[in-house]
Amino acid sequence: MASDTSKRSSYFLISPMALIFAVFLVIPLLTIVVVSFWDYDEYRILPDFIFENYEYLLGSSVTWSIYLNTLKYAVLTWFFTLVIGFTVAYFLAFHVRSLTWQIVFFMLCTIPFWTSNIIRMISWIPFLGRNGLLNSALINLGIVDQPLEFLLFSDFAVVLADVHLYALFMVVPIFNSMMRIDRSLVEAARDAGASGFETLKSVIVPLSKPGIAIGSIFVITVVMGDFITVRLMSGGQSASVGLQISNEIGLLQYPAAAASAVVLLITVLLIVTALLRLVDIRKEL
Amino acid sequence: MTIEKKVSKTSIETETGVSRRGFVKGAAAVTGAAIGSGAITGFPTIWAQNIKNVTLRQFGTGVSNINAVADKVKEDLGFTLQMTALDSDAVAQRAVTQPNSFDIADIEYWICKKVFPAGTMQPMDTTKLKNYQYISKLFIDGKLTPDSEIAQGTAPHTVGFVEGADSVEFASAPTQWMTLIPTIYNADTLGIRPDLIDREITSWADLLDPAFKGKASILNIPSIGIMDAAMVCEAMGEVTYGDKGNMTQEEIDKTIAVMIDAKKAGQFRAFWKSFDESVNLMASGEVVIQSMWSPAVAAVRSKGIACKYQPLKEGYRAWGGGIGLAKHLSGLELEAAYEYIDWYLSGWVGAYLNRQGYYSAAPETAKKFMSEDEWGFWMEGKAAEGDILSPDGKVMEKAGAVRDGGSYEERMGSVACWNSVMDENKHMVRKWNEFIAA
Repeated sequence: MASDTSKRSSYFLISPMALIFAVFLVIPLLTIVVVSFWDYDEYRILPDFIFENYEYLLGSSVTWSIYLNTLKYAVLTWFFTLVIGFTVAYFLAFHVRSLTWQIVFFMLCTIPFWTSNIIRMISWIPFLGRNGLLNSALINLGIVDQPLEFLLFSDFAVVLADVHLYALFMVVPIFNSMMRIDRSLVEAARDAGASGFETLKSVIVPLSKPGIAIGSIFVITVVMGDFITVRLMSGGQSASVGLQISNEIGLLQYPAAAASAVVLLITVLLIVTALLRLVDIRKEL
Repeated sequence: MTIEKKVSKTSIETETGVSRRGFVKGAAAVTGAAIGSGAITGFPTIWAQNIKNVTLRQFGTGVSNINAVADKVKEDLGFTLQMTALDSDAVAQRAVTQPNSFDIADIEYWICKKVFPAGTMQPMDTTKLKNYQYISKLFIDGKLTPDSEIAQGTAPHTVGFVEGADSVEFASAPTQWMTLIPTIYNADTLGIRPDLIDREITSWADLLDPAFKGKASILNIPSIGIMDAAMVCEAMGEVTYGDKGNMTQEEIDKTIAVMIDAKKAGQFRAFWKSFDESVNLMASGEVVIQSMWSPAVAAVRSKGIACKYQPLKEGYRAWGGGIGLAKHLSGLELEAAYEYIDWYLSGWVGAYLNRQGYYSAAPETAKKFMSEDEWGFWMEGKAAEGDILSPDGKVMEKAGAVRDGGSYEERMGSVACWNSVMDENKHMVRKWNEFIAA
């Protein structure tokens, strides 16, 4: 009887959370799945049950090239943000000794994030352009005699902007993990004769894994779904899955967009599952 | 309400065209005039007071969402007009999916073809519009002059009328029920940087000339981009079309194939989607030849950078927009909307648009609000005698300048195709996405 009451009260206690998830996550997701089987014409969506949206999506070579392209952006961005994020976090956690300075430097990292990410992105355009600051500087210094065209409206520009935008998403969780590492472990490693690199490899990296995993999930999911960076930085010349969905929505092709969204969701969930297999975040937290 | 309507019409019938201002601001005087004409026994002053509380929400593409128009509406008509600017896709989307979020839709004719059948708008009774008679014939029967040919694509007159007040079927001939009152239109062509190009540009085919490798751009709004692409392919002799405004799957596939080849060869520097992007691409020198809109050319020039709106031998791709009423409008708001629409045609806005390089749908009324020199420059293709100013007073062209492409008749008379939405739209969009992803 007593356990019954406690059972009921715990159901009661979780109900607000469950309700919020149901209304803001489960129902919208189900709607998207349902709509992805509907038909559409130029201005209407027609309730139906057809596989045409998926057939076209999965059968088209465009989809495969778009996914490949998006994955390329995700992997490159993930790699560079990881290298930068890890280095910055390492510096903050192990080289900056006083808490005050750690906080000061950490705040410095976040300052650019006080502005809108669109502005941070757009400011690259005059810098990287054919007659932009960088090209003019390189030409004036005599390093190149023709402006470097690949700097803007290219994959390079997209990845550069993504790295710039999302590096902090790596810094924060990795820094957080590193701050939890017991300093005596590092000292013990040194006492046992480990070199700096060995300490890094055998102590710090394994213990930072949860942070790395969380940062990776952030970066990969954001880049996989991104559309505005790709559109602006590639000059509209490259496609990503997010951009494809945004185009379809713009053209009122909601069922097609819903089907793309479902496939994207499954893809991202698979990636996240794989990451969670590698690191048990729950245990490590 | 009928009495009130009569009053408003009576008040307009004075020839000045600005008497409405008098109507709203000094209701007494107009009432006097109306009583004099024997049209009234009601209380128009009450209505004149009420209309000041009306707020009409208009949304549309940036081109015609001009704050100066909202200010002038407040001054002339007394009520408030709220404007929201969106891109073409968002406009179509909102008109269909959020029918209660707007009172007046400012949309293009090709969007109208998509949106009107969805039933979220109501047609206008042209008999309530005093200035209907001044609307250019282009929008009534498609012919600028009696002997001009009707261009391909979604020509405005083909979607300009419906069969009846509750109909969503487009009528094949003019009826009393108009879907959109035309407001703004233009003939588009390629914009070039004459200072960075050292030869004559005469054809749409020049867009894909390898000489401009990495320096060309095309707009990435599928339904418009495909038309520019078609103009290019036709000019190159690569594809022949039955109707560029309504291509077959095969024609679409061929067109996109040509564009993909060009893209893979590195012809394009970027694709643009918004007005500002096209200005920046051109002004920064990233691009020297691209599809462009007339005011974008003016915007580049106003930065002191040479830019020409190059007329081409194959003709122009034209577009037109208009304002229409939301289905939910009724009563006083509906009356205010009719007032506004009639006012739109009465000349002040027309002159404003003409000065921006667009065309007014009722040129005759606009003429009254323009100086002879302005009219000569913008509409007759004459050399400017003095400096030509933009509506906000900036110098756009120095004395002696001649408009690219010449007069109204020369430009609107050489339209090869109107912006359109095709029967094979779904297929076209998919192929266009392949082009973007290629």
